[in-house]
Amino acid sequence: MRITRIFRRRRCDEERARELDSYLEEETADNIARGMPPDAARAAAHRRLGNTTRIREEIYDMNSLGFLETFWQDLRYGARLLRRNRTFAVVAIVTLALGTGANTAVFQLVDTVRLRALPVDHAEQLAEVRIVTSPHGRTGMFNGRWPMLSYPLYRTIRERQQVFTGVGAWGSITFDLAQGGEQRPAEGMWVSGNFFSLLGVRAAAGRLLSPADDVQGCAPVAVLGHAFWRREYGGSPSAIGSSVLLDGHRFDVIGVTSPEFFGVDVGHAFDVAVPICAEPIVRGGQGSVLDRSDVWFLGGLARLKPGVTMKQASAHLAGLSKEIQAATLPSRYAPGDARDYLEMVIGAREASGGVSGLRRNYADSLNLLLGVTGAVLLIACANLANLMLARATAREREVAVRLAIGASRARIVRQLLSESLLIAALGAAGGLLAAQWFSRSLVAFLSTTGSPVIVNLGLDGRVFAFTLLIAVAACLLFGVAPAIRATAASPLTAMKSGSRGTSDSRERFGLRRALVVLQVSLSAVLIFGALLFGRSLHNLTSVDGGFRQAGIMMASLDMRKAGIAPAAQQAANARVIERVRSVPGVGAVAQAFTTPVANDFWNERIVIDGTTTKETVNFNSIGPGYFGALAIGMIAGRDFTSADTAQSPKVAIVSESFVKKYLNGGTALGRSFTIEGAPGEARPSLEIVGVVRDTKYTDLREAFLPLIYIDGAQDETPGPRLPIVIRADAPLSVVAPEITRAIGAVHPAISVQYLTLRAQVEQSLLRERLMATLSGFFGVLAVLIAAIGLYGVMSYMVARRRREIGVRIALGADRRTVVRMIVREAGVLLAAGLAIGLVGAVFAARTAESLLYDLQPGDPATLGLAALSLGTASFLASWLPARRASRLEPTLALRED
Amino acid sequence: MLQGTLDVLVLKTLALGPAHGHTIAHAIEHRSEDVLQVEHGSLYPALHRLEDRGWIASFWGTSENNRRARYYRLTPKGRKQLDTQTNRWDALARAVNRILRPASE
Repeated sequence: MRITRIFRRRRCDEERARELDSYLEEETADNIARGMPPDAARAAAHRRLGNTTRIREEIYDMNSLGFLETFWQDLRYGARLLRRNRTFAVVAIVTLALGTGANTAVFQLVDTVRLRALPVDHAEQLAEVRIVTSPHGRTGMFNGRWPMLSYPLYRTIRERQQVFTGVGAWGSITFDLAQGGEQRPAEGMWVSGNFFSLLGVRAAAGRLLSPADDVQGCAPVAVLGHAFWRREYGGSPSAIGSSVLLDGHRFDVIGVTSPEFFGVDVGHAFDVAVPICAEPIVRGGQGSVLDRSDVWFLGGLARLKPGVTMKQASAHLAGLSKEIQAATLPSRYAPGDARDYLEMVIGAREASGGVSGLRRNYADSLNLLLGVTGAVLLIACANLANLMLARATAREREVAVRLAIGASRARIVRQLLSESLLIAALGAAGGLLAAQWFSRSLVAFLSTTGSPVIVNLGLDGRVFAFTLLIAVAACLLFGVAPAIRATAASPLTAMKSGSRGTSDSRERFGLRRALVVLQVSLSAVLIFGALLFGRSLHNLTSVDGGFRQAGIMMASLDMRKAGIAPAAQQAANARVIERVRSVPGVGAVAQAFTTPVANDFWNERIVIDGTTTKETVNFNSIGPGYFGALAIGMIAGRDFTSADTAQSPKVAIVSESFVKKYLNGGTALGRSFTIEGAPGEARPSLEIVGVVRDTKYTDLREAFLPLIYIDGAQDETPGPRLPIVIRADAPLSVVAPEITRAIGAVHPAISVQYLTLRAQVEQSLLRERLMATLSGFFGVLAVLIAAIGLYGVMSYMVARRRREIGVRIALGADRRTVVRMIVREAGVLLAAGLAIGLVGAVFAARTAESLLYDLQPGDPATLGLAALSLGTASFLASWLPARRASRLEPTLALRED
Repeated sequence: MLQGTLDVLVLKTLALGPAHGHTIAHAIEHRSEDVLQVEHGSLYPALHRLEDRGWIASFWGTSENNRRARYYRLTPKGRKQLDTQTNRWDALARAVNRILRPASE
């Protein structure tokens, strides 16, 4: 059967008509020839042929595609119905678009962050090579976002392994593109020479790095990321051969990677890749970390040899661990650290999707959000099912008539379902559009000034399939029950009952009630979750971290390009701080290695004099005035002063918790401790000269931990970077340019980057804020939809019971009694929903326990609050129809129809 | 008429030369000496079906009585089909005969 015939059906039919006419003429002529009178002859011909319309129809049907044909008819019929009932159509489609949109958006993020493979050749063969035992055993310096291996460790693994076709390494670093003044950060990536060829990354222009580019004493060359190339060079081929300034060092651009390659860290996209051998160049000739096996800044990535499984590879590496670590043992490790180091185990882990801190931090949250959006969609479907049920009831007579004149039940169900499918399809299309906006907002939410989240949110087949799946599921959920229900009534009763309605059977009402109970219970779960996350965030923001946030700004100064001799560094630091202090509006300035809840941390093992136990304690290196600037109270002793210098005796200030934990709350002043170093390395002892109040160190969630402050001015080998905190009395936007100018006056090549402490605190609570905001939004949405659902059912019930209510009022029922009767009906539904919902909520909250702060998953106050808010919404939703019922004019209600 | 035999009778009729619907119907009746009565109404859907399968082709022509009529002719594919169906009919008829009139030697 030729499909094209369908489109030529009309012409074909006309031809048939003419053919049949010609038959009739021939037959009539024959009959006349046989002697019949013309009229009788024509009638006989007609009798002979039979019903011509029937014949044409039979042929017409042979040209149709049966099921598809009627489906198309049904769709058009559905579209007509929707156009006639615009309010319903808009409500249905918008609710579904919101539901599918939210689901698709969250799934898009899950897909991008967790499911999608790296856009490289045979990503399934990729393995991450790293230490698989707990981080214990690795001490030293940790740089970049994925500090898993040191360079010597990477080299040794690469040389000794036999299970991979190659082992490559990469690391992240932020380069400054500016010459001085305010920094222009670029996302840098260290790569081993084999990195690009190992992954099979292609060049969009020029050439990529090869092993020959990654040798000791190599030339400074760089490969640009495609987006960076477009952004900074307008995608011009002339970029190849030009040079790019990274931290003040010139690198020759040799190529650009293909557009889809972003690196291997999902959530970030590299701007510039340079060979690892260029590390000494970036350091400006002041040493290198490439021979230091206690500096962790690389991630290992390898490709399995054909036939080798991940398990075998991992076992192979584990077997080599001992000798690899013995060959790379850091010389400055103290005996304890060395023992831990030798006990570490190296292994291989599946890495087809790359690595991702984003994945690690947000996996739980994203799964939870997927559940939440799923529940919202379910509530929306329940609501739609209820609306459809109401419509089905309204069309009961139409359906009954059609059944009575012989339509098959399956045919009518199919027709009603087509309408649902149309709604679902339109809703899904809208959802797909909404998802684009929504997922971008989500990513924007996760991005912070310091580390933008860059992901490719393309619509791949998986996202489409997901949307399609939930649309079909939604359609079945809200469409099937009403369609079956509509055709279930026997035509006789349906037609007899008419609009007057034999009082609705309980059974019929049962489904609608069950749907409302489902909605209420699901929204109870969601609103409870929203309240939990909201309260958790509130707990965190109102927690006393022990420091002032208002008006505090951190400035990180980079003096590497200024070419200051190490010996002159302390003097330069003092001069910069002095200049910044004199800027109008600046209240206090102090050096500070790290500030509360920053990502940086530093700890050392110490031995307190008079004891033998070694303790690992957090450190901070600050300058005089730090405590004043952050309003950290001094309990005893003194602050650092300008008299504490590299030449004077070493002093330290400790926190309250330090005294409590290590000195049993006794006198701290005058006690001293030493920092443990490598054997044979002399370490002076530090005398405690002050005790200050506790502050949080890296995380608001953690308890107060012992903390030791040392004076940055006593550092004998200060680096070229100087982080300072500034308390400003004027708005930061006004003060910052002034400070930049003041720093520029000291040396124009000093670059600076600002971040407010408030922003830093907010960034540290990003996940909590995300969960609170989104679950709050969805919780309110869920309650709203459920309230609309309840309102709909109650209004419907009131409408169906007009006569009964009218009789009651006529018989003297008090209006208040009527209101009470209706509200009580709603109350039963609410109570059932709440009972189921809150039990479910507590179970659901258990899975999210790790995301809560200072709150039990079954917190009674929150449960009460959830019940109260849902109760209020439900009361309003049922009170309106109840009031309408109580205002019923009995004479009118009874006289109707 | 036996179910499914109309198709092969139409094909056979057209094997003698192109004809239009009216002729086909009467030809079948005539050649069977009026034993087989064609329901003229069901002839046209059958013609459409055969044409759809590519066994016959149609064209507009002028009838003996000088009227416009739709003519059908057998296609090569239809001729092959006619042979197959004829053989099948022969086999069937022989089989039925063997049962109805067992050989009496």
